[in-house]
Amino acid sequence: MFDENYREDTLHEDKLDASAPENRQSDYILEVKKLKTYFPIKDGVIQHVVGHVKAVDDVSFKIKRGTTMGLVGESGCGKTTIGRTILRLNEKTSGEVLFDGIDIHKLSRKELREMRPRIQIIFQDPYSSLSPRLPVGEIIAEAVREHKLVPKEELNDYIDDIMASCGLRPYHKDRYPHEFSGGQRQRICIARALALKPEFVVCDEPVSALDVSIQAQIINLLKDLQKKYDLTYLFISHDLSVVEHISDTIGVMYLGEIVEYGDKKDIFANPLHPYTKALFSAIPVPDPDAKMNRIILEGSIPSPANPPKGCKFHTRCSYCMEMCKSVIPEQKEIEPGHFTSCHLFNDVSLEKEGKKESSLNV
Amino acid sequence: MPLTRNQEDKQNSKFADKVTAVIKEKMSQKKIKSANYLTAKQSRAISRDNRKSMRAYEKRNNRKNVPESEYETTMRDPGNVVEFDDLHTYFFTDTGTVKAVDGVTFDIPVGKTVGVVGESGCGKSVTCLSLMQIVQRPQGQIVSGAIRLNLGDKAVDIAKMPIEKMQTVRGNKMAMIFQEPMTSLNPVFRIGPQIDEVIALHNPEMTKEQVKARTLEMLETVSIANGEGVYRMYQHELSGGMRQRVMISMALACSPSLIIADEPTTALDVTIQAQILDLLRNLKNKINSSIMLITHDLGVIAEMADYVVVMYAGRVVEKGTVGEVFKNPSHPYTIGLMASKPAVNKAVERLYSIPGNVPNPIDMPNYCYFRDRCEKCLEKCSGVYPGEKRLSPTHFVSCYLYEDLQEEK
Repeated sequence: MFDENYREDTLHEDKLDASAPENRQSDYILEVKKLKTYFPIKDGVIQHVVGHVKAVDDVSFKIKRGTTMGLVGESGCGKTTIGRTILRLNEKTSGEVLFDGIDIHKLSRKELREMRPRIQIIFQDPYSSLSPRLPVGEIIAEAVREHKLVPKEELNDYIDDIMASCGLRPYHKDRYPHEFSGGQRQRICIARALALKPEFVVCDEPVSALDVSIQAQIINLLKDLQKKYDLTYLFISHDLSVVEHISDTIGVMYLGEIVEYGDKKDIFANPLHPYTKALFSAIPVPDPDAKMNRIILEGSIPSPANPPKGCKFHTRCSYCMEMCKSVIPEQKEIEPGHFTSCHLFNDVSLEKEGKKESSLNV
Repeated sequence: MPLTRNQEDKQNSKFADKVTAVIKEKMSQKKIKSANYLTAKQSRAISRDNRKSMRAYEKRNNRKNVPESEYETTMRDPGNVVEFDDLHTYFFTDTGTVKAVDGVTFDIPVGKTVGVVGESGCGKSVTCLSLMQIVQRPQGQIVSGAIRLNLGDKAVDIAKMPIEKMQTVRGNKMAMIFQEPMTSLNPVFRIGPQIDEVIALHNPEMTKEQVKARTLEMLETVSIANGEGVYRMYQHELSGGMRQRVMISMALACSPSLIIADEPTTALDVTIQAQILDLLRNLKNKINSSIMLITHDLGVIAEMADYVVVMYAGRVVEKGTVGEVFKNPSHPYTIGLMASKPAVNKAVERLYSIPGNVPNPIDMPNYCYFRDRCEKCLEKCSGVYPGEKRLSPTHFVSCYLYEDLQEEK
C-alpha cells in the first residue's frame, strides 16, 4: 500500500499546486537564506532583555531534492537550532527558510498545519521523544489520523506497512515504548516521521544515543528508506564518520555560522577552513598504525552570547592574522560548490573571480 | 432432514476440536507473552533466594578485624598491576540474577594501557566497579573469582578484601575517572577542597598548606592555566573539558599505579576529546602508571591502548595487543563491531550491521552468547560455551571457529 503509486495519487498534489508558486519543480527542495535565530537573555526583576544568544547567525545553504546534507560541529554551535528553525519549532529572528519556494515563517497557522506532514523531524533521544502513555501503534497513527492522509478503514493496514518498512512487527503495535530497546525506539521514531509521507526529514543526531552495532542498523535503514521514498535529509550529527557515510553535501558549523560548505568529497579531500582541518584531524581512527598529525585546538568554544569580534574562530586558530581579529570574513566559493569563510583564502578567490574584488577589499 | 445421532456427534466433536484448537492457540500465545512475566509465586521465590544470598555476601564483606593473611596473595606475574582471574559479579534483581560479569580473565601490565570495548550492558563498567569494590551493594556482589592488585612489595585480592580496608587502596593505589564529569563532582563544594580531600586522606602527615600546594600543582599538571582561580570555583562555572581535567587531576593526586578511565571522553566534543586523550597519554608516561580505558569507541582504543579486551554479554570474547586485534580480528563479534563503524576516507555503500540485539542478561543460555547473532555459527556452537583459544602468545579468542586451528599446531 505504501508504495510509489499510492504516494503519488493520494499525496497533497492537488492542494499544493494551488498554493505553491511556479518554481515547485526547482532542484532545491530547501533554501535557507541569511537565517538568524537569537534567543534573548533576560535579567533583573522586570526580566528585561540584556543580550542575545546568537545560536544561528547568518546561515545560508541549499539542499537538492533527494540528497542528504550533513551538518557537523561541536555542541552548542547551533546545529539543532537550525533544524528546529527550519521546521518552525523556533521562530527565526531574520532571514528566510524557503521550502519548495514557500517561506515557512510567513505561513499562517492553518497553512503551516497543512505543511507539517511534508517536513518531519527525528529527534536525538529516542528515550524522551516518545510518549510513555501511548501504545506504539497510536504513536505512529495519531498524526496520520489527524491529517486525514489515509481513509479510516485502511489506517490499520497502512500503519502495519509503515512499521514493516521500518523493521517493526505488527504485534509491536500494542506495546508501550518502555518495552523496547534504544534501537527499536529509534525505529518507532522513524516510522512516526515517515507515516506522514514527508518529502524532507530533519534527522537531529538520530544515532548518537545508540550503540555501535545498532547505529549501523539505523543508518542502513535511513539510507534504504531514502532510496525507497525519495526522501531528502538534513542530517545533524557531531560524529564525522557517520556524516561522511550518509551525506552528499556537508556544512561545518562553528558558533552559529557555517564556516565551510560543499560536496562531501571536496570537503574531506581538501578541507580549507582551519577549523574543519582541526575537526577532521581530531577524529580517532580505528587503526593502530594510523599516522598521527593531530591539530589540537587550544581552549573551548567561546560563549555564543558574546562571540569574538571579526572571525569567530580567531581565538583558537593557529593561522590567525591581524585582520582576523577585526574583519568578519565573507563566504567565498573556492572551488565550484565549495564555500568557506576565512581570510586565508581572500587571494585565492580574487585571482579566480575578478568581479568580487570590490566586495572583498573591506 | 434431521441429522442422525451419529452425524450430530461428529459435528459436536468437530466443534469441540475447533474450540480446543482455539484455546490451544490462545494458550501458546499467552506462553509467548509470558516470557517476561513472573507469577507471584516465582517472584516470591526469587526474592527469597536473593535475600538469602545477599545476606551471606554482606556478612562476609562487613566483617571487622580480618587478618591480612586472608586476602594476601601473590601475583601470577609480578609485571602486572592487576590480574582479573575468572571474575564473576552478579546482580540479584527482583526478576532474576543478572550475570553482569561472568568469568572475566585478563591482566593489566605495568605502564601499559588496556582498552576494554563492548556495547552498553556488556559488563565493561561493572568490571571496573568490581575492581574498585564500588558495585551497588547489596544487590551487586562479587560472587567468585579473584582480582589481584600489585601493591609493590605485596599483593592483595580485592574480591576478598573487607570494605574498611578498601579505603586505603581506593584513590591511593588506583583511581577512577568517571564518564560524566557533570555528575561526579559535588555541586555544593568548591573544586579545591574536593581535590584536597583525596590528598589529605591518604597523606595524613601533610599540613593544610602542603595539601593546597599539591592541589594547585595537580591543577597545573592537567594544564589548567588559572589554578588559583579554579581552586575557588564551583563545578557549574567550568566547561565540560575543564571539569574532566579536574576529575583527572583528582584521580592523579596520589600518583596511583592504576588509573581507571570509564568512558572519559564520551560526554565531550571531538576537539576537546583530542585534548583530553593527549593529556592522559602524557600524564601516564609522567607518573608511569597503567590505564584501564573503558570505551565503546574503537578509534579511541586504537589510538590509546596497547592491549585490547573485547567484551560481550559479560564475557571476554577476544583479547590481544592492539595490532593483533585490529589487524586480525578473529571473533565474529569483533569483526562485526569493526565493520559496523563507518570510517573516514573509507567509503562503503552499506554498513555491515550485526543482526539482532544483545540478549536478555537474565537466564543466559549455556551455549555461546553470540550464537543467535553469529553468521558463522557452527553446529558445535549449541554446545557448552567455547573455551579460550590461543592464536598467538598474546592473542586469545573464545570461539569454536578456531578450535581446529589449535589441533593442527
